[in-house]
Amino acid sequence: MGRGGSRATGAAAPPWHALPDEVWEHAFSFLPTAADRGAAAGACSSWLRAERRSRHHLAVANCYAAAPRDAIERFPAVRAAEVKGKPHFADFGLVPPAWGGAAAPWIAAAADGWPLLEELSFKRMVVTDECLEMIAASFRNFQVLRLVSCDGFSTAGLAAIAAGCRQLRELDLQENEIEDCSIHWLSLFPESFTSLVTLNFSCLDGEVNITVLERLVTRCRNLKTLKLNNAIPLDKLASLLQKAPQLVELGTGKFSADYHPDLFAKLEVAFGGCKSLRKLSGAWDAVPDYLPAFYCVCDGLTSLNLSYATVRGPELIKFISRCKNLQQLWVMDLIEDLGLAVVASSCSKLQELRVFPSDHFGLGVLTERGLVDVSASCPMLESVLYFCRRMTNEALITIAKNRPNFTCFRLCILEPHTPDYITQHPLDAGFSAIVESCKGLRRLSISGLLTDLVFRSIGAHADRLEMLSIAFAGNSDLGLNYILSGCKSLKKLEIRDCPFGDKPLLANAAKLETMRSLWMSSCLLTLGACRQLARKMPHLSVEIMNDPGWSCPLDSLPDESPVEKLYVYRTIAGPRSDTPSYVQIV
Amino acid sequence: MSVETERSSTESSAASSLDFEDTALTLRLPGSVSEPDRKRASSDADADAEDADQSTLATTAASSDAPPAPKARVVGWPPVRSFRKNALADVAGSSKAAAKFVKVAVDGAPYLRKVDLEAYAGYDQLLRALQDKFFSHFTIRKFADDEMKLVDAVNGTEYVPTYEDKDGDWMLVGDVPWKMFVETCQRLRLMKSSEAVNLAPRAAQ
Repeated sequence: MGRGGSRATGAAAPPWHALPDEVWEHAFSFLPTAADRGAAAGACSSWLRAERRSRHHLAVANCYAAAPRDAIERFPAVRAAEVKGKPHFADFGLVPPAWGGAAAPWIAAAADGWPLLEELSFKRMVVTDECLEMIAASFRNFQVLRLVSCDGFSTAGLAAIAAGCRQLRELDLQENEIEDCSIHWLSLFPESFTSLVTLNFSCLDGEVNITVLERLVTRCRNLKTLKLNNAIPLDKLASLLQKAPQLVELGTGKFSADYHPDLFAKLEVAFGGCKSLRKLSGAWDAVPDYLPAFYCVCDGLTSLNLSYATVRGPELIKFISRCKNLQQLWVMDLIEDLGLAVVASSCSKLQELRVFPSDHFGLGVLTERGLVDVSASCPMLESVLYFCRRMTNEALITIAKNRPNFTCFRLCILEPHTPDYITQHPLDAGFSAIVESCKGLRRLSISGLLTDLVFRSIGAHADRLEMLSIAFAGNSDLGLNYILSGCKSLKKLEIRDCPFGDKPLLANAAKLETMRSLWMSSCLLTLGACRQLARKMPHLSVEIMNDPGWSCPLDSLPDESPVEKLYVYRTIAGPRSDTPSYVQIV
Repeated sequence: MSVETERSSTESSAASSLDFEDTALTLRLPGSVSEPDRKRASSDADADAEDADQSTLATTAASSDAPPAPKARVVGWPPVRSFRKNALADVAGSSKAAAKFVKVAVDGAPYLRKVDLEAYAGYDQLLRALQDKFFSHFTIRKFADDEMKLVDAVNGTEYVPTYEDKDGDWMLVGDVPWKMFVETCQRLRLMKSSEAVNLAPRAAQ
């Protein structure tokens, strides 16, 4: 293309920089990531114009980083938008209610500027019934709605979507708090409606009309993903499967009932008919007696999410050991080290392992052995989330040596400040080994007894690290300084209960503008430092969450006042106007 | 087991002489000074961590038998999504004979939560748990005539805990003996004080 100008025959082709926009738009469609497109857009004004006008997918990782109008103006042709709201630690209850993250302004702006919008995805945001009604009314081509960890809506809003979105392909509700208004929202999908490919209502608490569901499932011949909620009993599961044997992904409903050989046989036959089943989840309250009904699909499974299944013991292990092609396994720590050893020897294709704690108030069931085994035997393992009760440096070093290909390593030792249980030393050496060995590490969560030394290693070695979560770690300001002055690729940093104070924050203020956000709670920050930071960095929004007992405005408080919760993020939109009274923007 | 009993009895004796100061909320989270219970709990746990195998088993057994004491837990730790915690509480609850889950609605809040009434030993623990669940947004204030109210310290709104009993009537929480309450309560609602005036008069009066 660049050689265009040197062609001898016919009229001279335009020089490359004068090629029409359509050519560039086509070229940019091959760029795999938004970051690449963003880089291209920065090259020159004609590329900027071509890129932004042809951008069809927009991911807004922080809903307050830009105003909705700005996004729409800059990218007028968006067909799929994804917006995230509250800080990650909101998942764990560290952000009080009514903090913000309303989806409404985005939906309103989209209704205005993106009438052809097809897909919307919201994570950790407040989505109201009015929002859902607006979606149903505003986008005639609307096809995909994905809500993850949202709240603020009820089954009335779902009814509006069902009734209004004639082209809906995907309704994917993941871990939302949905108020049950006892509205038969499923019945509002018209009889003529057949386009559903994904239906996930696993997080819904209430009853669902099974007959209506069966009819819906029967007429949507393209249905590939069906995730039921806990209200669908086992016998109904069997009949649903028989109506949709083409399913690729299934979330079972209430997988528990008294054992009846008839029901077992029915399930076995139903599963036997599902030749395309690759992903399985649900199995709440799974009763071991029924697990063998799944055996015929085990071989084909690539993803298994039993993280809500309280089944334990030999049946669980037997079941998982048959899943030889598993790439993704989410399970509860009830599997124990022994079970993980079996996973290690059976699931050689495993790429992602997540083990969740069954008892949130205890010390944990798993030890380091399970993780060591899996890391040693699963060569493709690259993503781990592991809750355990103890760890050693030696284990971590072994893991690091065996698996330099980790991209995501999240280890949570349940009791804060837990040292290496054999040597009683901090776990600095272990985590240092991880960051030194795993050069492609993008996400890291550390735990246990840790000194500033681990941060020195992370800062120096974790060049590709984008997200770091720290809790109950470090000795002094040095720790935070190591991180902020290193970690070249850091985008999100979240810290709680660490002895980090003002100095490293102020010394590395510029770094914060290269990051998406910083969360610090229960550290040693003062109001004065936050004020300084806000003055120094006009493109950062410095939010402080007040002690609700304090009624006096921030302005009257002295610089020495401690700051309990700080949330800093870069933004081109200026300070937001929807803060609740307990949030103040410095 | 003795650790857990110690914790609960300390809590109920402290709660019975409830003082506004005692229950005054700070967002400064545990690990810092003002909580003797928590200090005791964490030093026990440190001792446990050293002698991992034996005492871990004992402690785990203890903590799974005893009802959760909200004060001793660190907020937001372990880092497990609230959705998951609530969902698993349901599952665990339904397999235990003795769980009783009821929905809790808060006037003005667009979401519902659930609590397991069987997990608490009395009204005070329940109120503390409600405090926890709604993310430490409330303080508890006890009035002279034994009335219980939750106050949203952010905007001063007072909420009165009420419940729907088996007959479908809405009653003020705290009237009847705890065990009877657990049996008859169908759902909870934190009603704004201003709206609670029409409720059934207290039995004591």
